[in-house]
Amino acid sequence: MTHAHNAKVMNRFELTKRLVAQLKHEEAVIGGIGNTNFDLWSSGQRPQNFYMLGSMGLAAPIALGVAIAQPKRHVIALEGDGSLLMQLGCLTTVAARAPNNLTIVVWDNGIYQITGGQQTASSTADLAEVARACGIAKSAWAADEEDFDRLFAEALKGGPSLIAVRIDDKPGVGTTDRDPVQIRARFMQGLGVRRAQA
Amino acid sequence: MTSQSRIATWHETVVASLKANDVRLTVYVPDRVLTPLIETLHRDAFFTCFACTREEEAIGIVSGAWMGGMRGAVLMQTSGFATIPNALASLVVPSQIPALLFVSERGTLGEFNLGQAMVLKTMRPVLDALAVDHHTITRQDELGFVLDRSIKQAVAIQQPVVFILSPLLTGGKVFQA
Repeated sequence: MTHAHNAKVMNRFELTKRLVAQLKHEEAVIGGIGNTNFDLWSSGQRPQNFYMLGSMGLAAPIALGVAIAQPKRHVIALEGDGSLLMQLGCLTTVAARAPNNLTIVVWDNGIYQITGGQQTASSTADLAEVARACGIAKSAWAADEEDFDRLFAEALKGGPSLIAVRIDDKPGVGTTDRDPVQIRARFMQGLGVRRAQA
Repeated sequence: MTSQSRIATWHETVVASLKANDVRLTVYVPDRVLTPLIETLHRDAFFTCFACTREEEAIGIVSGAWMGGMRGAVLMQTSGFATIPNALASLVVPSQIPALLFVSERGTLGEFNLGQAMVLKTMRPVLDALAVDHHTITRQDELGFVLDRSIKQAVAIQQPVVFILSPLLTGGKVFQA
């Protein structure tokens, strides 16, 4: 098992692209606030992507809601370490509900990057261990890019699961268009809840 | 559900209104006054009902469920409301998500905890500042009408709505002097 201090420091945008490349069944992806959703946006605007513009910490709860509403669709929450630390309790809710179709990916750079690089507490809190202790048994650090691919492929087979990834401090690539209604409407179309506009 | 010889309880009416409007997901942070409602929701297989750790987490869950095609309601008490303005202002309101919020009103009509009384004073001003519709329900004979019409309106206009359940309706939490 890989521990946090042994995990390779990778790049969020590169890993986001690798993650999206594995999606073959219109899986839903919830991008957490800030650089997390900027990099999801920049990886290609899938209709099944939801970009969170506020509500820090709620990527995993939103993903849990989608997973409950659509149990046949796999749902992935992308979240930063600072955001997850803000809403750690949600890991216990996810574990208690145990949705088979939910994966949480934590991009851990140890800083509140978008606000000026202030340190988070993740240097002393192992987020994969935290998730496991909360009851998400399938929680692991990605050792490197290939290991991330393998862990994510396993995650898509059944969850709930959490993949923790050490990342560098490079800023997000691009910026999400900040139009919440359009983001929500396109997402609902992507999930088949609403018909697409002609 | 109710015999003709008695009037439905407030929580029976809430359950009936949720069912009639296909609101299947109910997420809550517990409250003593809401306990009979929560127990009924847990017993009824129509509902997916569970507790979560924090009210704004529940807002996220029902928002995701709505986008996935499932209607949801959040149950909380007044002090819990005070934890969710950011989730309302930065997710529910700008995204136009018809989240249904039930708030058991603490802090009035016999409150014994100053903290509850203070936090209540912030609730309606916050909702008014966000232009979120809210209804304070005091009467059993109006409850079903208010819920049914307001849930339909929330869904139709894609806006959240808050139902404040007054101690006049629920009995509230009584101070044992």
